[in-house]
Amino acid sequence: MFNTPKQSLQQLSDLVAKGRLSRRDFMTRAVALGVSTLAAEHMLTTSALAQTPKIGGLLRVGAPSASTDDTLDPATLDDSFDILSCYGMLRNNLVDIDEYSAPVPGLAESWEASSDVATWTFKLRRGVEFHNGKTMTVDDVIDSLNYHRGEESASSAKNLVEQIEEIRADGKDTIVFKLKDGNADFPVVLSSYQLLIFPEGTRGAEFDKGIGTGPYSLQYWEPGVRMEGKRNPNYYREGKPHFDEVHVIGINDVVSRTAALQTGQVDIMSRCDVKTVHLLERNSDVQVFQVTGTKHYTAPMHVDAAPFDDVNVRKAIKYGIDRQAILDTILLGYGELGNDQPIAPTMRFHNPDIPQTQYDPDMARYHLKQAGLSSLDVNLAAADAAFAGAVDTAVLFQEQASKAGININVDRVSEDGYWNDIWLVRPWCMCFWAGRPTEDLMFSSAYEAGADWNDTRWANPRFNDLLVAARKELDENKRREMYYEMQQLCHDDGGAVIFTFAADVQAASADLHKPDQVASNWEFDGHKVAERWWWS
Amino acid sequence: MIRLFVMVGERLLFGAITLLAVSIIIASSVDLLPGDVATAILGQAATPETVAALRKQLGLDLPFYQRYWEWLWDFLRGDMGVSLTNERPVAPQVGERFANTLLLAALAAAIAVPLSLALGILAAIYRGGWFDKLISSSTLAAISMPEFLVGYIVIAIFAVELGWFPSISTLRHDISFLERIYVMLLPCITLALVVMAHMMRLTRAAIINLLASPYIEMARLKGVGTARLIVYHALPNALSPIITVIVLNLAYLIVGVVVVEVVFVYPGLGQLLVDSVSARNLPVVQASCLIFAGTYVTLNLLADIFSSLANPRLRHPR
Amino acid sequence: MNAFVASSMSTFVASVGASASAFGWFWRSSPVSAKIGAAIVFLWLFAGIFAGVLAPYDETEIVGAVWQEWSSATPLGTDQLGRDLLTRILYGARNTIFIALLTTILSFFIGITCGFMAAALGGWTDQLLSRIVDILLSIPILIFSLMLLSVLGTSVPVLIVVLAMLDSPRVFRLARSVSMDIVVMDYVEVARLRGEKLWWIMRREILPNAVAPLIAEFGLRFCFIFLLISALSFLGLGLQPPTADWGSMVRENAGAISFGILTPLIPALAIASLTIGVNLVVDWMLHKTSGLRDEV
Repeated sequence: MFNTPKQSLQQLSDLVAKGRLSRRDFMTRAVALGVSTLAAEHMLTTSALAQTPKIGGLLRVGAPSASTDDTLDPATLDDSFDILSCYGMLRNNLVDIDEYSAPVPGLAESWEASSDVATWTFKLRRGVEFHNGKTMTVDDVIDSLNYHRGEESASSAKNLVEQIEEIRADGKDTIVFKLKDGNADFPVVLSSYQLLIFPEGTRGAEFDKGIGTGPYSLQYWEPGVRMEGKRNPNYYREGKPHFDEVHVIGINDVVSRTAALQTGQVDIMSRCDVKTVHLLERNSDVQVFQVTGTKHYTAPMHVDAAPFDDVNVRKAIKYGIDRQAILDTILLGYGELGNDQPIAPTMRFHNPDIPQTQYDPDMARYHLKQAGLSSLDVNLAAADAAFAGAVDTAVLFQEQASKAGININVDRVSEDGYWNDIWLVRPWCMCFWAGRPTEDLMFSSAYEAGADWNDTRWANPRFNDLLVAARKELDENKRREMYYEMQQLCHDDGGAVIFTFAADVQAASADLHKPDQVASNWEFDGHKVAERWWWS
Repeated sequence: MIRLFVMVGERLLFGAITLLAVSIIIASSVDLLPGDVATAILGQAATPETVAALRKQLGLDLPFYQRYWEWLWDFLRGDMGVSLTNERPVAPQVGERFANTLLLAALAAAIAVPLSLALGILAAIYRGGWFDKLISSSTLAAISMPEFLVGYIVIAIFAVELGWFPSISTLRHDISFLERIYVMLLPCITLALVVMAHMMRLTRAAIINLLASPYIEMARLKGVGTARLIVYHALPNALSPIITVIVLNLAYLIVGVVVVEVVFVYPGLGQLLVDSVSARNLPVVQASCLIFAGTYVTLNLLADIFSSLANPRLRHPR
Repeated sequence: MNAFVASSMSTFVASVGASASAFGWFWRSSPVSAKIGAAIVFLWLFAGIFAGVLAPYDETEIVGAVWQEWSSATPLGTDQLGRDLLTRILYGARNTIFIALLTTILSFFIGITCGFMAAALGGWTDQLLSRIVDILLSIPILIFSLMLLSVLGTSVPVLIVVLAMLDSPRVFRLARSVSMDIVVMDYVEVARLRGEKLWWIMRREILPNAVAPLIAEFGLRFCFIFLLISALSFLGLGLQPPTADWGSMVRENAGAISFGILTPLIPALAIASLTIGVNLVVDWMLHKTSGLRDEV
């Protein structure tokens, strides 16, 4: 239903690759989708015929952010090590996000919405088996989703499923969701990495058995150390996955992770040190690739606290930092400039027309003067828990803003407990957002008045009205206009200094086949590397 | 000999009191730390409702003394409880990690102790000479390098450049003992480099210290050669301080190696402890800290026993 | 009390060669190795004190790209943010030596005072202090400092006090064991019978006779403080940036080493040279006070 032409093409070319569609049929259908013959031809050669996946082998993933406190409980997944294991290998969602960031059928085969987009009907795929041999039913799905709902829920996805008023089964393989209010993006919500399907009644320590419907079944699990999965022969997607075995090895220190890749102890890693990645590129056994997605670095100011309650002070600070210098120094160019609004250039409704804010100490001084100030002293809390290089970034801010008469005092705080004690608490601090797959989710998580994670305490009435209206709007052009205006409001009035979109810089063995299109929603090809890649 | 047994008994009693005090200090420190296990689990995704719900599930809504008392009561009956984050029993988790830690420490000590004793004795024999100066300066340079840098340099040379050893020591469950030793060699070398300097310097100092004593002077006058003098006359009497420093370094190898564990991705107890502190996972923090404290107490006791045995005068204090 | 602080301070200040009046005497009577050591220590002290004048750039100024090679503009290259490394090393000398010295002095003051008291008073005081020290020692220092600094914050005064507190039990053990042998000496007994106060005995009778092993320990402990700060910065705590300190500089640049860039070795070498310098001087003092005369 939401298939983009590009993505339908991809599916078609996949069919060609599997021999289920002839070359000629592909060309006919591709042209029908509005693609030129030449482009269709090209697509076929590069992505389908030339790439017959090879089955077999062992993939070892060097994953960051491993902790001995990790679990395979979908409610408490928090970072790459456990998300890759749980969401990328062991279990599935009703809806998947494909490599072009579009929702595609997962365990649900199809879906449709009522005209007010408040009632959604999902049809389950039939005959899907869990690793323990049990066949998936509607009861499993309902129990899996209800696990995150309700008063007792301690799930990190609780606020995502709060919009659901009721979930009920309609027959053996149909599930009906009644939402509190219309939401045109609801299928995307169901693709969240927490909303995984497991056998009914799984709770507590049983989650660590890792039973799901995923492409790999669990062989070994030691929290924070390693996870080993073996190919699930009954996986519902035919021809997938490609590896016999996948091992996820937790390596938190980036220098160690890089050394492990260099010495061939892991085959793929994420979060390369951008300062040394150009040296890693010289290694012919390694391929380095970068994906700029929705991940962005911000410095949220509390707009209800002095001095940030004056929009001119906020503007002065936005002009007082040199985004290009930060992109060049902290990310060494691996990323894109941010423009004080959180909708990434890769997203559907990104507004490209807002002029980029440039470093301009004179403009900053001008805005300070507008605020009735000749100089400004502010505290900025930072720790590398916010993102790698956050402290260095704060130091750069300090250096740059001083030229505009803004004296930033960098307060380096403990990494431990950063998200609890600093973020949302301090009037100005460093922050990281992984981003969200849709404009609505991003804005309603962090910019809607009263949202739990509104880290700027921003409450702009016009913005909030637009947000509610856009959620229910089905006309794509009207939606685009609304989201454009909301981005402009964020940029002009909002409290977050959004200075860069950071690329995921990753590296893999040169012998691994990297798809032409790598997903940008998460690192490790949207955490689906174990399903989508193969040894060439 | 009876005095020795009395001393041991007394020390064991004090050891138990120490452990009790440590458990109180740890419990209250973790309680004082900002945030708790609920906020740590949820991280950036925490909302007030989910935190409250999780707290209730985990029993964190009880007052501090009550939680401590329940923990202590269970602990005294031999139940270390379950981890707050993943509901696994603490004892096997901590036990396995501690075994890994002990293996690493033993291997590192097997390299470091004989080498540093030999170097220390040689340095004492040739004291003041170029060999002594070379050894002293290079060991000083070695201890003034932060451990992680020594680790990185060792990785850069032996794993990346030469390709002799793996750069990470993550242990597979089905690995054979020899393979285990092989993958652990780089962290062992790193640790050995870190502790050798201290042991070597104190060995040298202890021996040189004795050289001023009248009985050595006597032996020297009798024409005993320097090397023989040191090995047969000075060394036996210098044993007690040397044993003390070796045992202290053993304690360090067991307790203080978290940085090396992180660099080499070695699943030891230190890493577990640091993770558990940042997750505010009190049962695991308690168990790990008590193991460390217990190790420290035991090793100290052993050091005292050995040095008493090595030096009869200490067994009969005035 | 104050006199005690002053005397113990001056002992240690002298031990790193900062006492100008003793200089001439030192130069006449010391061997070459001690002279080299003193020269290194003086050089770093000088560099630290006059960092503002000597450094080509500001402490936090960004002068080029990341990890540039050595050049005439940046004699030691640049660091992970493109700041001049020579400048950072010079300022680092000031901050590092200042913090490590203050921490070590405080740690020694606490450790020696308590250690001497335990030895001189014996009985319950000794038992109590020794048991407290046992407890403190049996908690891993890195973990304990991590927890305390998380609770208390990482401003420089807090860092100094916390590290000194956690380091002092080690000094206590040494001070106690050394002074145990001294308190039973006749001259201490005589002083006691004369009715001298505890402080007087500790300062005038015990301290001068215990000074040699304490100085030896000072040299090593001083260096361990650098390493502890460096290890803390590895685990994410440490000095407030952009303050330059050698331990954190090693950490911040360490990633370069596996690609053969030597930048992280420079602050490490600075630490090593100071360690060696301090210990060369300490070795000689030890030698001097132990009364041992042999071939040098």
